[in-house]
Amino acid sequence: MYDAPQRTLKQSVDWKLVVCYLLLVLIGWINIYAASHAAEGASMLDFSVRSGKQFVWILTSLGLAALILFVFNPRLWEVISVPTYLFVLVLLVAVIVLGVEVKGSRSWFALGPVRFQPAEVSKIATSLLLATVMSRPGFKLTQPRGLLQVAAVIGLPMLVILAESETGSALVYLGFVFVLYREGLSGWVLVAIGAAVLLFVLTLTASPYASALVLIGMVGLFYYAHAGRLKYWPWIEGAALVFLAFLPKLLALFTDFAPLTALAAISGVMLLYLAWKAMRRRDRVLWVAIAAFLVGVALIYSTSFIFNSVLQDHQRKRIEVLLGLKEDPAGVGYNVNQSMIAIGSGGLFGKGFLQGTQTAYGFVPEQSTDFIFCTVGEEWGFAGCLAVILLYIFMISRIIIDAERCRENYTRIYGYCVASLIFMHLLINIGMTIGLVPVIGIPLPFLSYGGSSLWAFTILLFIFLALYRQERKYF
Amino acid sequence: MDTSRRNKLLIGLGVVGAILLGKLFYIQIIDDRYKRDASNNSMVYETIYPTRGIIYDRNGRIIVGNKVAYDILVTPREVRPFDTLALASALGVDPLFIREKMKEYERSRSRIGYQSVVMLKQLSPERYMKFAELKYLFPGFDGQVRSIRDYPFNAGGNLLGYVSEVDADYIKRHEGEYRPGDYAGKTGIEAAREQDLRGEKGYHIYLRDSRNRIQTAYMDGAMDKDAVPGNDIVTTIDAALQQYGQELMRNKVGSVVAIEPATGEILAMVSSPGIDVEMLADIGQHYNEIASDPYKPMFNRTVQASYPPGSVFKLVNGLIGLQEGVLQPETTYPCYNGYYYSSNRKLGCHTHRSPLNLKEAIMMSCNGYFCYVLRSVLENRKYKSTAEAFDRWREYVTSFGLGDKLGSDFPSELGGNVPTSKYYDRIYGKNGWRFPTIVSLSIGQGEMGVTPLQIANLCATVANRGYYYIPHIVKDSENVRIDDRFREKKYTLVDTTEFYKVIDGMYLAVNGGAGSGGTAVSAAVPGLDICGKTGTAQNPRGADNSVFICFAPKDNPKIAVAAYIENAGFGATWACPIASLLVEKYLTGGIREERKYVEQRVLEGDLMSRVKTD
Repeated sequence: MYDAPQRTLKQSVDWKLVVCYLLLVLIGWINIYAASHAAEGASMLDFSVRSGKQFVWILTSLGLAALILFVFNPRLWEVISVPTYLFVLVLLVAVIVLGVEVKGSRSWFALGPVRFQPAEVSKIATSLLLATVMSRPGFKLTQPRGLLQVAAVIGLPMLVILAESETGSALVYLGFVFVLYREGLSGWVLVAIGAAVLLFVLTLTASPYASALVLIGMVGLFYYAHAGRLKYWPWIEGAALVFLAFLPKLLALFTDFAPLTALAAISGVMLLYLAWKAMRRRDRVLWVAIAAFLVGVALIYSTSFIFNSVLQDHQRKRIEVLLGLKEDPAGVGYNVNQSMIAIGSGGLFGKGFLQGTQTAYGFVPEQSTDFIFCTVGEEWGFAGCLAVILLYIFMISRIIIDAERCRENYTRIYGYCVASLIFMHLLINIGMTIGLVPVIGIPLPFLSYGGSSLWAFTILLFIFLALYRQERKYF
Repeated sequence: MDTSRRNKLLIGLGVVGAILLGKLFYIQIIDDRYKRDASNNSMVYETIYPTRGIIYDRNGRIIVGNKVAYDILVTPREVRPFDTLALASALGVDPLFIREKMKEYERSRSRIGYQSVVMLKQLSPERYMKFAELKYLFPGFDGQVRSIRDYPFNAGGNLLGYVSEVDADYIKRHEGEYRPGDYAGKTGIEAAREQDLRGEKGYHIYLRDSRNRIQTAYMDGAMDKDAVPGNDIVTTIDAALQQYGQELMRNKVGSVVAIEPATGEILAMVSSPGIDVEMLADIGQHYNEIASDPYKPMFNRTVQASYPPGSVFKLVNGLIGLQEGVLQPETTYPCYNGYYYSSNRKLGCHTHRSPLNLKEAIMMSCNGYFCYVLRSVLENRKYKSTAEAFDRWREYVTSFGLGDKLGSDFPSELGGNVPTSKYYDRIYGKNGWRFPTIVSLSIGQGEMGVTPLQIANLCATVANRGYYYIPHIVKDSENVRIDDRFREKKYTLVDTTEFYKVIDGMYLAVNGGAGSGGTAVSAAVPGLDICGKTGTAQNPRGADNSVFICFAPKDNPKIAVAAYIENAGFGATWACPIASLLVEKYLTGGIREERKYVEQRVLEGDLMSRVKTD
């Protein structure tokens, strides 16, 4: 009988990832202590303060990690993914009725002194089910049936979480689009999402006219790229865009005709011509380009509607502050302003452990949870930020690389889910503290204070490590 | 497809990481705006309170100075368990007070944070020393030195006014000038000259470390700003005279105002009962006591009480008659215990010989005579109607500074009231009133009200033979300029040549000698040539008010005084001695032996029981 060459325990676990995890958790713990010591003045292990409590969370997380890595059979996760997903969905709905309200959203269960947020667990459940569904034999993302299944798996919890007013957690689900991209979704979807965000921001900050010009440029670029005639793009469209950019000035010289109306007239004529051309040549790409342009125009025109009527008040204000449309350093802008002051004052090497003044006086709200990165920035400076961000990038890329090395689709897809989720949290959380992203209250994985979040990310990560270990044991 | 997509995602990851790091690099290393803001966040501004300007009297005597007191500050975060009883005895307060306070701080600890709050205000240095010796036992408690008002001379709380912490309303009314914790003058001279007295606040800047401990002076104090002390004020008040006036007015309700006619400077201004200077420094402690006093000591009667002037107003009517040409000094009118203004209605008068000429009528204060005078003014053929004549009469009256605010620099001055013809038109209908309707105005009764300051100013006007300077309490000095309006002679509409005709009567009223019928012979002081006019004004609330105005000497007068004593009866009984004693004191520096009994009587007189307080 032939025994497969089994790798030892030491060899089969990706220890680099584990070390990376431990470093991040440790950094979190130190900074939680720094963020709260001035107010509470206790030792790091005093269980009545946050650093002490976090220590408990860390120990329990390590216990969980060990269980997942060495005790549970990794196959278990695939087996229980459907019931887990359904159970979490029930929890998500139940929390709306039974949960306690924290800062305007009903997303927490309170079990005595312990509070727990089902949205954190739902990320794991969704990832597990997504991997299960997508790794089934015969599953094809390009077919409508597959796309629908995937949309349902991702969309259901996302919608319920939106109903809980936990917009931040819901936004994280957008990260799954990277998983889908890896599994065959057209890259144009990513481009379209990016373009939509760009148009939205441009319309708000500059003008609908500028936004429309950019749309024309982008659609043209798409068309020429697809048709393989990229070198013509600057000549034809570039010239047109330069002309159009000066159109408002020209119009203002002679008439009081609104530039946007002129642009609409020109585009209307052009569109009819292009449509006729597309019909004659049976040019599918041109049709798509025309459709994309029309969708873009619709988006530009509905921007102010979305902004003023669909978004909630606080969301709109946060976006206004981010885009610099409104200065509000005392109100909505307070958090961001104070957090940027804290981080910005850190300089290259920071003020040193426990020496952060901004952190200590409590200028920054949510200092040990959502804004923990401020403490890193202030006390450890750019060097500290660089280290933390590099650790995250290492972790995410390491997960992706490990995932790609796996033989089983299930592990790979799940790995991408984990990487995407950590990535989204990283981008939104750090982006928010330095004024790149509107204020969206989600934790920084492994660093932020809180048991729910730490447990959830630990489980998320170590399930992947366990799956990976199982593969590495034999191959 | 596989590795290419993986690589694209990895590149995307790298790009996002680079964007985050780029922004971090920018705000942490390139842009130093945030470092500046952070040090703003961690800078502590400690206010340096300026010392308030000193208030001097006209002779260079300090009437309001400053002294040191201590506030006890508590930083609740730093307080450790302590012996409440020991602290209470060190501070001289009830232990319950401290317990209450500590509970209060505990309740609002999140609002207080690391800040210090004032627990106890204005401890005397002696008391503070006791606490300072034991301070090491009470971490978190500290003393802060503070300059408070000191009154070396009892010059009257209503005149000086008090200084107290500004409230929210005050801060709002003086946009941008005050902050909570500042003090401001609220009444009297303190309020009138708040701008000069307050000075400018300064500050020390300190840096906090990450445990909120004050570490060092920011830039070694280079950015600190020193406090600018307030300007000193020289007042026109004669502190000794003011104090003497207060003594004379003790246990009486009313006012005494003395003016230097040649300048309009107010020499003394007594409102009785007033606020004791002992209470001024810490008005907050005594506020309820003062506010609930039935005699209303906060009410400054000298500028805010509107009284009928009574017989002293006969001077004005006489002067108007002379100016209008309807009265000659030799004109005599009969008086048989009064004036019949209809067949069966009489405005009564006291018993005196009859007929009298102008001089004698003033000397004996004949009511009947001045009814004839006002009638001849109002029924002058020159004017088409009584109303027209009346309006002319009113013009004369207001030219004496009556009927409207004088425009003094003393705050909260009121204007009194002189009715207009329209007022009577409204009541009686147009042409529905004649002289008999308003006969009371002949003798300063009826629908008119004047403040004691206005009466004193009237006296000064007569003393000046026809003009006055707006009465004021602040002297011009290098740092504190006074308005030009105080340097401008205000003439009445009566020629200056007419005045001696009534002054002769005023002279006789005082110096006519016993048995002459002069109403104020008790005010006579040999050699001082006091000229005076008594008044007895009806008071609907009890006994008549006693009024007296006088100036001295007759030629080149140095002082004009008005005394207005509520419910004190005849002018001659109380107002006359008080005013004359004041004049004597001012001009001679003391009271003659033969007038000591007058002084004794006034000082011992207690008229409080006559005053209705409900």
